[in-house]
Amino acid sequence: MSTPDVAIIGTGLHPFGRYEGKSALQMGEDAVIEALADAGVAWEQVQALWASSMEVTNPEAILGLLGRTGIPARATFTGCASGGTVLAQAANAIRMGDADITVAVGMDKHPRGAFSAHPSVAGLPDWYGEAGLFLTTHFFGLKANRYLHDHGISHETLARVAAKATRNGERTPHAWRRKPLSVEEIMASPVLNYPLRQYMYCNPDEGGAAVVLCRADQAHRYTDTPLYLRASTLFSGRDGAFDLLSPSLPLAAQPSPTVFASKAAFEQAGLGPSDVDVIQLQDTDAGSEIIHMAENGFCADGDQERLLADGETEIGGSLPINTDGGLIANGEPVGASGLRQVYELANQLRGRCGERQVSDARVGYAQLYGSPGTAAVTIVST
Amino acid sequence: MTQVPIAPDLFTWPSDDPALIAGRSSDGVLVFPYRKQKLVEGTREELEKVELPRHGTLWSFTTQRFRPPAPPYAGADDAESFEPFTVGYVELPDALLIEARLTEPDHEKLSIGQKMELRIVPFGTDADGNETMIYAFAPVGAADRGAN
Repeated sequence: MSTPDVAIIGTGLHPFGRYEGKSALQMGEDAVIEALADAGVAWEQVQALWASSMEVTNPEAILGLLGRTGIPARATFTGCASGGTVLAQAANAIRMGDADITVAVGMDKHPRGAFSAHPSVAGLPDWYGEAGLFLTTHFFGLKANRYLHDHGISHETLARVAAKATRNGERTPHAWRRKPLSVEEIMASPVLNYPLRQYMYCNPDEGGAAVVLCRADQAHRYTDTPLYLRASTLFSGRDGAFDLLSPSLPLAAQPSPTVFASKAAFEQAGLGPSDVDVIQLQDTDAGSEIIHMAENGFCADGDQERLLADGETEIGGSLPINTDGGLIANGEPVGASGLRQVYELANQLRGRCGERQVSDARVGYAQLYGSPGTAAVTIVST
Repeated sequence: MTQVPIAPDLFTWPSDDPALIAGRSSDGVLVFPYRKQKLVEGTREELEKVELPRHGTLWSFTTQRFRPPAPPYAGADDAESFEPFTVGYVELPDALLIEARLTEPDHEKLSIGQKMELRIVPFGTDADGNETMIYAFAPVGAADRGAN
């Protein structure tokens, strides 16, 4: 394994859900305060901050709530991959010698219902939206349908992914959806984007998540249980990759950006898929989780049918995936979602997860994927 | 009522045998929807307009169950009259995979690999009261029934 230069010493979460009357910035503030307390660090010791949000134009305005200390505070947004980006930037500030202690925070508060925007913000022509094609959910259905067809995976396996997410949500006190659903109940829910059904999808919601980082050689000043950042990568899609909102695709297919982000992350960390104990994958929908299992190197295409049937992705299995119920049980406040993954990994690696604890977890892996075709991977270890 | 394409340079129209329009660069790369220019090895190049094949095979498909948020959606329907529709990618031989609405609204009647053909179908109404036309793909031989 590579020698780490950056440690994670504290994590915090404002649980995801619906909070009438509470702003995204306030939820981010709660997450940062919890992360600082976890790290044993005072806000005045923080030397730089990165924030991400889809709905808040200047999420770095969180300093107005935490304290206007004058530190460099910046915002960045890379869609669903934002959590990986702010974490990487907060780590890079430490690597560059700009700061010894930094904070990464994400927050969001989405209106109910499907995301709606003008196609021009995605570089697409007006007619694409007028014709009813400007919907990211089409991509999830189209990719899942083709993947299931190519690799002999049943619709029941999609339902098993969602059922597992709700069971893990039941065991997670801060999860949004905590009522376990059976495979039969999920299969009886309406088809939204064939083959994906209502209960196989995550929903946009609200929440915040934060991480406190410091120089690896100083981590033991703050905590007896630091985690080390072993890899953080981000790749955009290349020509031929089947990504969201593509009016056309070349016949010569290229792998998803996730494949490149994953390979590069394992190389950075000096680890392989078999070294990972806890896995967080972008489960915008059950199909995405199945596809991402293979794209991240945890199984071969098609093996998911057997792995899900045998319970291998459950908390007690050989590939525990989305142990806190993932996006399906927590929803997706886009700016915060990636740091929720890191929050769960940190708690797993620090043995704090109670009845959803993966035994002897030492290496955690988190993958994000979203618009416009961006994938990020983070690897942490004890 | 005059029928006008929903956007210029999308398909040949009016035409007895319409085709989708793509751009082609000097290195043979096809770009759909057509745009005037593209970077080719560092130089901005004017693209040649070419017609895409009218027939292909269904690569994948999915369903749209609720009326898309409007705007940007501009269908002639409203919340009450909206009918769920299907979209797919159609693989046009030696060309591109094209994302399109499909004329068959029932996903049970679609299958990956089936033969599809281009249709130009009525969609909505523009600001001048013209009927807008969009491209869609239909199972080969299916009756002409609009964008579904």
